[in-house]
Amino acid sequence: MTTTYAVLSEGLEKRFGAVHALRGLDLAVAEGTVCGLLGPNGAGKTTAVRLLTTLLRPDAGSARIAGHDLVREAAAVRRRIGVTGQYASVDGDLTGRQNLRLFTRLHRVRNAAARADELLDRFGLADAADRPAATLSGGMRRRLDLAASLVRRPDVLFLDEPTTGLDPASRNRIWDAVRALKADGTTVLLTTQYLEEADRLADDIALVDRGRVAHTGSPAALKALVGTYAEAVVTDAEALTRAAAVLDRLTGAEPALDHERHTVGAVSTDPTLTLPRLVRELDAAGVPLVDARLRPPTLDDVFLRLTDGSDGNGRDNSDDSNDGRELVA
Amino acid sequence: MSTVTTGSYGSAHGPAYGLAYDGAAMLGRQLRRVRNNPGLLILTQTMPITMLLFFGYVFGSALAMPGEEYRAFLVPGLLVATAANGIMTGMFQAAQDTHRGVTDRLRTLPVSRAAVPLGQSVADVLVTAAGTVPLLLVGLAVGWRVEGGALGAAGAVGLLLLFRFATTWIGIFLGLLTRNEEAAGQLGGATFVLPLLSNAYIPADGLPGWLRTVAEWNPISAVTTALRDLFGNAPVPEGAAWPVAHPVAGSLAWCAVLLALFVPLAVRRYAHGGR
Repeated sequence: MTTTYAVLSEGLEKRFGAVHALRGLDLAVAEGTVCGLLGPNGAGKTTAVRLLTTLLRPDAGSARIAGHDLVREAAAVRRRIGVTGQYASVDGDLTGRQNLRLFTRLHRVRNAAARADELLDRFGLADAADRPAATLSGGMRRRLDLAASLVRRPDVLFLDEPTTGLDPASRNRIWDAVRALKADGTTVLLTTQYLEEADRLADDIALVDRGRVAHTGSPAALKALVGTYAEAVVTDAEALTRAAAVLDRLTGAEPALDHERHTVGAVSTDPTLTLPRLVRELDAAGVPLVDARLRPPTLDDVFLRLTDGSDGNGRDNSDDSNDGRELVA
Repeated sequence: MSTVTTGSYGSAHGPAYGLAYDGAAMLGRQLRRVRNNPGLLILTQTMPITMLLFFGYVFGSALAMPGEEYRAFLVPGLLVATAANGIMTGMFQAAQDTHRGVTDRLRTLPVSRAAVPLGQSVADVLVTAAGTVPLLLVGLAVGWRVEGGALGAAGAVGLLLLFRFATTWIGIFLGLLTRNEEAAGQLGGATFVLPLLSNAYIPADGLPGWLRTVAEWNPISAVTTALRDLFGNAPVPEGAAWPVAHPVAGSLAWCAVLLALFVPLAVRRYAHGGR
């Protein structure tokens, strides 16, 4: 069976004056899958979504969304997509119900009122349906935004940073909704700065860096590219240097030192490096070991490695104050 | 998910049907916003009434014209000056929608490209029509009268609303251009000077030569003169520039020019998102 792509772009380019925001974006999202577009601020994620949702016109390149040409058949594309993003908002002066009725009507859905009520129920908004959208909490507002992009069941749903700024409970509700949509056969293109989000939701991840897709693959495949992360926690600063030397010898990779937590880690691609061997080697070198572990890499590791995030172009992706979930604060 | 039944998107009925359908939905949106927040509407109505009382009794006492005659002269001027505020409200609303992301949400929908600005401008005209009633009632209380017959009065109101329709489109275009609520608010305040450079508050004949020319070529002057003529409040001044000397034709011409210019500009700006 051949794969049908719900989103297929080739060489999409976009300039804003001197800024070359997209430098040839190639993206293929198979029908019925969730694709996570992952990258730091300024990588071009949002520009990509704005192009793919007909909000901007590409300077070069082409794309087909749900089988329709992005530029020549923009109206047909708009009939088949749903868009939720921080820049595509509902009307804060209207109530949730009024908003959904407006969008159902504009989407030519018959029984606009019934459809609006159904969506309000489904997203737990029925009790707040008659409050102006501007007065809703962040989580409710985001659910209303999502509901508004589903009034006519879209073939492709674009979610631009759908959970940025939400508390964990609200975030989980959005994630559940995305999973339900996928189960229903909707293709989802999701941009996020949260690696955990991409890891949990996406079938495939496209790493976007400086206006291009740097790598694509399943979260597991991308992690396998990077290897295992070997980590040792020691008692003091002096021991940290010795532990780093051992890890350097074992992995051949440059160890990363965390002086505050007396922790050193390095990426290993050597399958013979097991936990007992790691402990034995560190012990043999006289390192006062407190803890040691081998863990699969996080997408953080993948990201830093595959996008060459430390290339000094003004981004600081190695900042560990962001608790390992968010690339750029 | 349950099945969603949809009708046609207008292609089966032609683009005019689509525009009318979407425009009506957008009109409904604007009117619902007014209903949700009626305080703002009341506030905008108090301004011209305050000005009528202020100008009519304070400035009127310093003018050569008798007080009652000046107030009757002033009412059409204030109606048109208020209509010119369409630039301000149109701009603020379009900038606010763009700034808050509503414009982009609508642009991702299969909606006729002209429907959103059309809905906004028609709603604005309807709100303006309702808003003239209190001003006219206060005008009647302070000496303004309809002396040009029912037909003339109907023509005056029609012309006023047409002018409002035109100024709103200027505002929508400028709002889509600025894309920023605050900038639009600041810039919108500057439209306050436009009626000051016209014959809305004072007769233009008394102005120094070049200023008189500027004032007489201000569209506000043509429309104000037309309203005074049609309501029967004041005669058409003699020896004025063409739009004021032929106020009804001049007003219609001004509205046609403004609409021919700003409707395509605004729709184009809306469709392309400025990029």
